[in-house]
Amino acid sequence: MSEKCCCCATMKDERMDKLDEIINKHRNEKGALIPVLHEAQELFGYLPMEVQKKISEGLNVPLTEIYGVITFYTQFSLQPKGKYKIQVCLGTACYVKGSGQILDKLKEKLGINVGEVTGDGKFSLEACRCVGACGLAPVVMINEDVYGRLTVDDVEDIINKYKDK
Amino acid sequence: MEMVNITIDTRKIRVPKNYTVLEAAKYANIKIPTLCYLKGINEIGACRMCVVEIKGAKSLQAACVYPVSEGLEIYTQTPAVRESRRVTLELILSNHDRKCLTCTRSRTCELQKLAEELNINDIHFDGETYKLPLDDFSPSIVRDPNKCVLCRRCVSMCKNVQEVGVIDTTERGFKTIVSSAFNKSLNEVPCTMCGQCITVCPVGALREKDDTDKVWQALADNDKYVIVQTAPAVRVALGEEFGMPIGSRVTSKMVAALRRLGFKKVFDTDTAADLTIMEEVNELIDRIKNGGKLPLITSCSPGWIKFCEHNYPEFLDNLSTCKSPHEMFGAVLKSYYAEKEGIDPSKIFVVSIMPCTAKKFEAQRPELSSTGYPDVDVVLTTRELARMIREAAIDFNNLPERYFDDPMGEASGAGVIFGATGGVMEAALRTATELITGKKVPDDSIEYNEVRGTKGVKEASIRIGALTLKAAVAHGLGNARKLLERIKAGEQYHFVEIMACPGGCVNGGGQPIQPSEVRSWIDLRSERAKAIYDEDRSMHVRKSHENPAVKKMYNEYFEKPGSEKAHELLHTHYHARDNYPETK
Ligand code: SF4
Ligand code: SF4
Ligand code: SF4
Ligand code: FES
Repeated sequence: MSEKCCCCATMKDERMDKLDEIINKHRNEKGALIPVLHEAQELFGYLPMEVQKKISEGLNVPLTEIYGVITFYTQFSLQPKGKYKIQVCLGTACYVKGSGQILDKLKEKLGINVGEVTGDGKFSLEACRCVGACGLAPVVMINEDVYGRLTVDDVEDIINKYKDK
Repeated sequence: MEMVNITIDTRKIRVPKNYTVLEAAKYANIKIPTLCYLKGINEIGACRMCVVEIKGAKSLQAACVYPVSEGLEIYTQTPAVRESRRVTLELILSNHDRKCLTCTRSRTCELQKLAEELNINDIHFDGETYKLPLDDFSPSIVRDPNKCVLCRRCVSMCKNVQEVGVIDTTERGFKTIVSSAFNKSLNEVPCTMCGQCITVCPVGALREKDDTDKVWQALADNDKYVIVQTAPAVRVALGEEFGMPIGSRVTSKMVAALRRLGFKKVFDTDTAADLTIMEEVNELIDRIKNGGKLPLITSCSPGWIKFCEHNYPEFLDNLSTCKSPHEMFGAVLKSYYAEKEGIDPSKIFVVSIMPCTAKKFEAQRPELSSTGYPDVDVVLTTRELARMIREAAIDFNNLPERYFDDPMGEASGAGVIFGATGGVMEAALRTATELITGKKVPDDSIEYNEVRGTKGVKEASIRIGALTLKAAVAHGLGNARKLLERIKAGEQYHFVEIMACPGGCVNGGGQPIQPSEVRSWIDLRSERAKAIYDEDRSMHVRKSHENPAVKKMYNEYFEKPGSEKAHELLHTHYHARDNYPETK
């Protein structure tokens, strides 16, 4: 698979300068790490190693601690997000109603695992906790769109809807 | 100190106000089980093994973090307490990789001991067990996440004491593990290989890379001439592995055991420590006289060297170019000694018994092979030596007294004190004073108390003739950071000693492991150091430059400190290291 690597040369873009600004802005605050990670995630869409390294140096926090925080909070991501972010709810209600099978089907159709992005950068796949739409279980969200009461057979149609967009 | 009155299991006691319930119980000689607690290092109340009932409190409380207060009533053995501790422990055990029979920590495992003490004879939960890969890529440290109980003691040690921070808790919930960033191997992150994390791990989740097999193989190979050398700190700690009190000196029994294991020669690394002092003092005097880079910083602690290469490359030129003593010794054995004894150096196999895991990494450094062969072939920790002794069924406690072989077994007291923080400094001062002034100092005034002891950073100004030598000593890498930052801010010293481990080698990452129960209340650093200083006082020769073996070596081979030959065999160089190299 020819995944685009955006953490090397192209990363030396103005976004890295922006990151410096973010770090400088928060540098002397107590508990600066979380706000910096939030803003960096907004800036880059995810938090690759290069970005974490820079934050580690800038805030003088060990890289491993930063990695620990990122992997602890689900809102942070180590992987780039696709243009369409697919989230499958694995909360109890959805799970009972078969969201696990729907997730499997999505994996199969897209050829990626949870936390990955398709080669064309279009779709990323995530499992998430209860989204508060249990009445619609099982639920899948694609960006802001919510799909409820799904069956495995619906998966293909839905993906196709976005494929050509 | 303000005191408070409390009742603990109906006993009324008075304790200082700043005590925790656990400390108060200890004071009253009442035992409360603990797992994550390590006094001064990890007091986070995470595991809930130590719960007690407090009158008036709604739920059970963790004794290790609950402060005492006037009138507090504590119950440590109620049915609710016992039930809670048992459930906690069973839950930990339910997804633990319970392979005690083949675990290095069997006998010394705190989890195993808890299971025994809490009388666990069945585990009522089917924990989800999953198998994570072992990280055994580092030459020094092996991590087995399947044995980890998430107590975080290693994390605190690495992050807060050593201020390295290459391991931390990552992920969440059931998937929580202790790992490096991006789950990299310890071999691919700026781990210093100091092994301090191993010494605080209550279980078998962290251990040294076991190299005993390589040594057994060499010993069985008739074609090899296997020589062993032992570092000073090993002789004051090895006894602990065989049930002796902390601080026992077992030098002669250790030598006897090594003979029985079949080593051709048993030498003392202290001899090479004396050699190191000769070279290092020469370097110091040269730098002071000729305006060289100051402060000169010691280089015998490979954990410190790797830390410096990763974090303070601007200080690499300050480092003494001296190899660490056991590496010098290896080089000498494969050159001078081989020639003298008519042994083919390719047949010589040097084993170093060290209190240190970082020395395993050091021995692999390609630049440490001046003779064309690695200076040292295998490094074993004190713990691994104990394992070999047990495997060979040697009754250690009843061994006769035996002494190091000549001529490389002769050492001075100065070489011995290398094992404790401040020791290299003191040894150097003993020699520098006499070399600079040309006057002999009587043995009763060669002890430099200002550089001894467990204070994190120690400073001294010493008059040597017309010179006032400014010295500083740091032990533990967190303290090293503090000292280096001070130097960067403009503080001036001539000579600085840094050892990676808190307390120096006596408390090295390869030393016998003492459980939290012992470590929390007894200072291993000072108990073992006491034994080192006693050993020094028992020696006839206490200054490196008076060691006859060293004098002879210079006469017959090296000519003088800093000679060309000395540089070729006894000195080395360093290089900056990338902290997180990008790997794909
Ligand atoms: S860590 Fe302890 S309990 Fe676990 S297998 Fe090893 S000895 Fe047994
Ligand atoms: S060996 Fe030292 S530096 Fe490496 S993880 Fe353990 S404590 Fe940290
Ligand atoms: S590796 Fe050992 S010390 Fe570290 S958290 Fe796990 S059990 Fe505790
Ligand atoms: S919570 Fe007290 S020992 Fe772990």
